[in-house]
Amino acid sequence: MTQNFPALALILLFPAIGVLFNLFYGGRAGRGAVNFAGPAVIVLAFAVAVSAFVALLRMPPGAALTCPLWPWIAAGPFRVDLGLRFDALSAVMTLVVTGVGALIHIYSAGYMAEDDDYARYFTYLNLFALSMLVLVLADNLLQMFIGWEGVGLCSYLLIAFWFDNPQYAYNGRKAFIVNRIGDLGFLLGILTLAGALARHNVWTLDFVALREHAALLAPVATLAALLLFFGATGKSAQIPLYVWLPDAMVGPTPVSALIHAATMVTAGVYMIARLNFLYLMAPEAMEVVATVGVVTAFFAATIAIVQADIKRVLAYSTISQIGYMMLGVGVGAFSAGVFHLMTHAFFKGLLFLCSGSVIHALHGEQDMNKMGGLRRKLPITFATMLIATLAISAIPPFAGFFSKDQILDAAFGSGHVWLWLLGVVTAGLTSFYMFRLIFMTFYGDSRVEPERERHLHESPRVMTAPLIALAVLSVVGGLVGLPKGLFWGNAFGRFLAPIVNHPLAGVAAAPVLEVEAGAASVLLGVVSLSAALLGILMAWLLYRRNPGLTDRLAARLAALHGLLWRKYYIDEIYDVLVSRPLFWISAVLLNRGVDRGVIDAMVDGTGLTVEEGGEAVSKAESGNVQLYAFVYLLGALAIVAYYVYRVMR
Amino acid sequence: MSHITLSAINFAWLPILPLAAVAAGAMAIMLIGPGVEDEDSAGLGILALITLLAAMVFAIFTLGENSLAFGGSLATDDYAAFFEIVILIATALTVAMSLDYVADEGMAGAEFYSLILFAAFGMMLMAAAGDLIIVFIGLETMSLAVYALAGFLRRDPRSNEAALKYFILGAFSTGFLLYGIALIYGATGSIGLAPIRAALNDRAAQNPLLLLGLGMMLIGFGFKVAAVPFHMWTPDAYEGAPTPVTAFMAVGVKLAAFAGFMRVFMANLGPVSAQWTMVLWAIAALTMTVGNFAALVQQNLKRMLAYSAIAHAGYLLVGMAATPRAMAGGAMLYYLVGYAFTNLGAFAVVIALERKGAGGATLSDFRGLSRSRPGLALAMTLFMLSLMGVPPLAGFVGKFYVFSAALSAHLVWLVIIAALNSAVSVYYYARVIVVMYAQEEAAAPPRLAAHPGLVVSVIAAVAGTILVGLYPQPWLSAANSAYASALGRPAARVASLR
Repeated sequence: MTQNFPALALILLFPAIGVLFNLFYGGRAGRGAVNFAGPAVIVLAFAVAVSAFVALLRMPPGAALTCPLWPWIAAGPFRVDLGLRFDALSAVMTLVVTGVGALIHIYSAGYMAEDDDYARYFTYLNLFALSMLVLVLADNLLQMFIGWEGVGLCSYLLIAFWFDNPQYAYNGRKAFIVNRIGDLGFLLGILTLAGALARHNVWTLDFVALREHAALLAPVATLAALLLFFGATGKSAQIPLYVWLPDAMVGPTPVSALIHAATMVTAGVYMIARLNFLYLMAPEAMEVVATVGVVTAFFAATIAIVQADIKRVLAYSTISQIGYMMLGVGVGAFSAGVFHLMTHAFFKGLLFLCSGSVIHALHGEQDMNKMGGLRRKLPITFATMLIATLAISAIPPFAGFFSKDQILDAAFGSGHVWLWLLGVVTAGLTSFYMFRLIFMTFYGDSRVEPERERHLHESPRVMTAPLIALAVLSVVGGLVGLPKGLFWGNAFGRFLAPIVNHPLAGVAAAPVLEVEAGAASVLLGVVSLSAALLGILMAWLLYRRNPGLTDRLAARLAALHGLLWRKYYIDEIYDVLVSRPLFWISAVLLNRGVDRGVIDAMVDGTGLTVEEGGEAVSKAESGNVQLYAFVYLLGALAIVAYYVYRVMR
Repeated sequence: MSHITLSAINFAWLPILPLAAVAAGAMAIMLIGPGVEDEDSAGLGILALITLLAAMVFAIFTLGENSLAFGGSLATDDYAAFFEIVILIATALTVAMSLDYVADEGMAGAEFYSLILFAAFGMMLMAAAGDLIIVFIGLETMSLAVYALAGFLRRDPRSNEAALKYFILGAFSTGFLLYGIALIYGATGSIGLAPIRAALNDRAAQNPLLLLGLGMMLIGFGFKVAAVPFHMWTPDAYEGAPTPVTAFMAVGVKLAAFAGFMRVFMANLGPVSAQWTMVLWAIAALTMTVGNFAALVQQNLKRMLAYSAIAHAGYLLVGMAATPRAMAGGAMLYYLVGYAFTNLGAFAVVIALERKGAGGATLSDFRGLSRSRPGLALAMTLFMLSLMGVPPLAGFVGKFYVFSAALSAHLVWLVIIAALNSAVSVYYYARVIVVMYAQEEAAAPPRLAAHPGLVVSVIAAVAGTILVGLYPQPWLSAANSAYASALGRPAARVASLR
């Protein structure tokens, strides 16, 4: 059942107004107006999203609000109409993007208080929100791709926001290029689907229609699912394309919170959940998704253990957590994956904002070796960050516990015991590196440089208020998805079920898991909880009880430490295997050989001819009206001669 | 011979209301004008805008009214209404961008605005013509007004020169057109377009009188659309004329000329299209090539845009050469809408940059515009991109549909020439963008006040350029049904040919 809900367009319109205002009047209107308008448009979009959500709740399960916009492409029989679709899945995403987005926008007003480029900043940030909303509200795959490209562009613009630092600009380009590699896969996936349908004379990319024609997609399901997942590995920073995300941390910290933790990087998970019917037809592809997800989760967690830069730890943590989400959707537990996406948006957004608060207080210091003992100086930041850390470490009853538990449960229940085991180990690593971060930052003796120590202060209220709001969400956000049988049970899963758990007629599909309550489930929960507690204990032992021990361990295990510290040398390996050969081909073969040798020569030749031709033609324009009339007459005579010839013949 | 009957007059008020409104407005301005100081002429411009708005409302009312009036002299079909609306929009934008220009340059406001309206009246008459005499009357009404407008800067020798050249060569081509009409009348026994079409059969197609008439009319219309080799007046006239008038010539005159050209040739001489599409093939190829190549070396923006207008006439003629395909007509109408918005916008930007008395913006005036006037630079970038034919702007979609029509008419080589020409054109359009964004400002530019009329017309042109391109379906279906009405067919049949 669908209902027309034109107000959906407002969700896009408000951020669009923000973009235009900040772009054209931001500079003139001044900081106060921009600081108000930038967040306000997102708050308004959130308000509309909430009203749409209320309307959706009043409708039967599986219903959707729609808002057709206008016909976009009509090429022969192929047509794509732009339109918005607000069903349970996009409702969750829209609320996260506008809700968490609004908080981060508000926080930004404080964080960017000393940057003169505030208008450009909010222009980009609003543009990002707009693109992300286009992505999640799209009712067809091609429109989703517009948003997909849009968020990639905004990500690039914001990573390289302080572009006068060449390293930052380079990191921005790196993110953009790596994403483009993934996007190619995404585009090929779309074309594969469109091509398969075209063979049966079906011309659409609409999600509803795709599901209806799922049977026609079966022959290409595995290929398309894998290609689309390749796109997701770029956007969602999974192996092999995760390398851009750690470097993306050079952007302003609220950007890291919004784009590189809460929303954009989870787009791949959303895409797979949205196309669940396609993935269910491709069990092999789902195995790949699940395996890549959990391996990424483990791999990134091991790197996070040794990093010293507070934001880098969080970056690898994000990669790792998205790996969990991929594991969830990969084993068919789509609602669990999206659930973790939501709780992750709360606590990881919060972690980044807290780290931003710390960095702000320390005037740009990001090295945890130069922090310590901050918990008294930054009490609100400390309290909220501790809550977020408990949430990500999956300690009950914080939000992360329920969502991570659902994923691990589903992995075990679907027979992926090895994947589950790796997931549990990663859970231990997660709580270890997170508490390491807490201990190094907030406990112990201060290692802050004296110059910075003097100016140390808690962040202003405009920054701490969003922290508190997100902390509340990190505590209670998981309660919407309790285990079955406990109070209201998995309300979140039931809400999404009609969208992601919809039986598909006539297609052999892997079953979608419901998390069952029972002794086994409780046992699994206990195991992963024990792993998390063990991680905390280890962190406490190493960083509180015996601070010197870590150095000795690092010395003893120098090889391993070096491997982790250098991030498994992946960047170097990519450099040798991919970048340098490409540069060589590009510089030597294409530029020197083909471009300068062949094409330039041709173009120069053509250019000369064209320029001379242009001058010759122009010279004929002497301004002499007799000449003009003469040329006119010649033309007229030619035409008359042509007709005389036709008549005579 | 057509007969004007009383009953026809009795019923024909609605169809001529848009025309009557414009004519009445023109006369009213002329009467009120002498009492208004030249510095205060903006009020007269507002009056002209109101007139145009009223006419537009009337024109919208005539949509769907497919009939002949005045014994067949006037066609009140969607084709006429479509062109009337676009012409009225173009005229309104021209007036909006003239408001301050006319007052600042000390031009005679009353004469200026009434001449603009008289010209618009002639243009609309061409679009609504049901016989060749009305085509001719419309063309002359328009042309005489525009000759005078081109020379409106009476103390500027270049403006005088522009007017004189345009007038002399225009008179020349009027002769050709009239002679062509006479020959066609001789061959078919009628000046009404519908009777002429009915008289065309295989035997008539070999009639030497008819063929010579065709050739003469091709020359006459070729001059008005600035097709090579009848184009040589264009750069001088465009450069010398006051810039709002240049915009009016480049857009309004071109719209009207194509309205008449297409109605006479594509819609009514279509049955003998085999006799003239080859000529148009050659003219189109020449026009595109000469226009684009000459534009490459221009330093003066108005001259560059003049050659650009020639080149675009060439692209449109590609559509005419594809006449046997009904979709070509709709594609051309669509193209003209995008062309109108884009060019009006570009000229509005030129006006905004013109220093008083300098008379023409050179390329170097655009240096560093992105820093001094970022909004204006952005708008100009958009117009240049649309003229280049970059998706999703109006210029791209128009070219796409016109060239598609030509391809379906198997004019492969012509389309290849057109595509190569488009590639050449990127150079001179992109140069404007490069100059605006990559070069430093020359000396400190004079602070230009943002005139509300100019701002409104630039914004309207930007909106049109984007909307027509991004949201092509309604425009295209309106264009298709308009062209279908000129063919006297229901729209559905043309649409099915797409």
